[in-house]
Amino acid sequence: MLNEIFIKPFVDMVEAPDFLMQVLWEGLVSGILYALIALGFVLIYRSSRIFNFAQGIMVVFAALTLVGLHAMGVPAWICVVLTLGVMFVLAVTIERVVLRPLVGQPDIILFMATIGITLFLIGFGEIIFGGENKVMITEQLGIPTDSVLLEPWGGLLILEQKDITAVAVAALLVVALLVFLNKTRMGRAIRALGDDHQAALSVGISLQTIWVLVWFIAGIIALVTGIAWGARAGVSFALEVIAYKALPVLMLGGLESITGAIVGGLMIGMLEKLFEIYWGQPLLGGNTETWFAFVLALIVLLFRPQGLFGERIIERV
Amino acid sequence: MLDSGRTETLLEVNNIEVIYNHVILVLKGVSLSVPKGGITALLGGNGAGKTTTLKAISNLLHSERGEVTKGSIVYRGERVQDLDPAALVKKGVIQVMEGRHCFEHLTIEENLMTGAFTRRDGKGAVAADLEMVYEYFPRLKERRKSQAGYTSGGEQQMCAIGRALMSRPETILLDEPSMGLAPQLVEQIFQIVKAVNEGEGVSFLLAEQNTNVALRYAHYGYILENGRVVMDGPAADLRENPDVKEFYLGMSDEGRKSFRDVRSYRRRKRWLA
Repeated sequence: MLNEIFIKPFVDMVEAPDFLMQVLWEGLVSGILYALIALGFVLIYRSSRIFNFAQGIMVVFAALTLVGLHAMGVPAWICVVLTLGVMFVLAVTIERVVLRPLVGQPDIILFMATIGITLFLIGFGEIIFGGENKVMITEQLGIPTDSVLLEPWGGLLILEQKDITAVAVAALLVVALLVFLNKTRMGRAIRALGDDHQAALSVGISLQTIWVLVWFIAGIIALVTGIAWGARAGVSFALEVIAYKALPVLMLGGLESITGAIVGGLMIGMLEKLFEIYWGQPLLGGNTETWFAFVLALIVLLFRPQGLFGERIIERV
Repeated sequence: MLDSGRTETLLEVNNIEVIYNHVILVLKGVSLSVPKGGITALLGGNGAGKTTTLKAISNLLHSERGEVTKGSIVYRGERVQDLDPAALVKKGVIQVMEGRHCFEHLTIEENLMTGAFTRRDGKGAVAADLEMVYEYFPRLKERRKSQAGYTSGGEQQMCAIGRALMSRPETILLDEPSMGLAPQLVEQIFQIVKAVNEGEGVSFLLAEQNTNVALRYAHYGYILENGRVVMDGPAADLRENPDVKEFYLGMSDEGRKSFRDVRSYRRRKRWLA
């Protein structure tokens, strides 16, 4: 038994490095999608201290809108632009109808409001788009669908081009976001708002503008995630479930940290795949991916309640 | 220095009432005016309504569920109580809140830059003003790369005032700048306030518990008690007023009194109320 837990998996890894690479790559791809969803959470949390439960359904909603518009005969790239428009309208609507009337209420009420948004979007989405599964318009968007075969150490490594694209686009999005937050006037305002609402108001930062902006950015992130995930698994309301994977990512990485979201996402993506393949399947009968991330996050929380990269609570003595 | 007969009035507060949560009446008819180029002090003890008055003017009450229910607030002849805080900042009125309220995870320089959020007059002008702020507060220049949360209380107060200056204000509503600071530092902050007032022509409405310091730097003062203005006058007159001396400066004809005596005397004589 000890052999099975502590020795054999590592022997397997060393003996078949190409397979190990394949596992890690698969983990990386799902990890980057977790990271993207977590980023959406982080952004909204930082600027408004709202834990946005609706981020997952926004992914589904964006993907469904994209596919739905295409089914109506709109050219693929125009669909993307229109979907962005829809996400913007959604952001404005949420700010007007839900957030603005709740300004100054306790955080828990705003959290519940986002659960309300989630339920509404599920119902509304089903009425408009129907509940059945759909296929992402991967090729129409010009995303290559071939595979790249690599042969490291005489083995075989298969990389799907759409996964490579997803990773590249996600990386680009993250860099753009970091530059935006750190170098621009609006980005600074978003961070300022996260630190101190009242003070942000007092210097003339408008809550309304910033909220619409962050929800719109979260919408853009949702669309990218939706396309990438939809290309692998199809588009359906089941997609929402991957949003829950962002929770352990947030626990691990910390609610305020962009670095945390990215590193946490990648770590969870890769570790859960590794665990599943080398420990879960041989020892526990598989299907460990559904819970492994949460256990990992709980263990981290025991030692670092603010997560690995959470903003340290500045306390002067 | 300030001839109130000739200077124009910037801000006029007429008989306002403020109610929190629909029930708690905090201000019961406060009137005051702030002349251009002056330092006006709003004095009084805890809970007198100083902060509420400032927040009513800067429209920050709404997010605390407070409301101006009566009276009017006029800035440069224009009713401003229905504007949002951002619109008021654009008109040149900005508040420095009690307790500093710096953005603690932002650096000092980033904090200052947020003050310029509403400005549309270009990067050059903002950069010039940043230098201007650093001239008034050399200490901030040394700490520009530090996270504000890790700077000292005095530095944070300077940062908060500097941040307000970055909006190119005409009037700064300064709430309790002396809070939690050593006497020496309080003096320093007030000297800078005076320098900004004279150098940049910025008018100040200053809420302060430290009556002694405030009356030395201000031109005019209002004394609030229990949500009402109970006395007002030029700072020099207030300083010499026997009641002010007794109740706020802790002095009387018999010399300094112990604080205990002052309090009991005050309880007996509901002063001017």
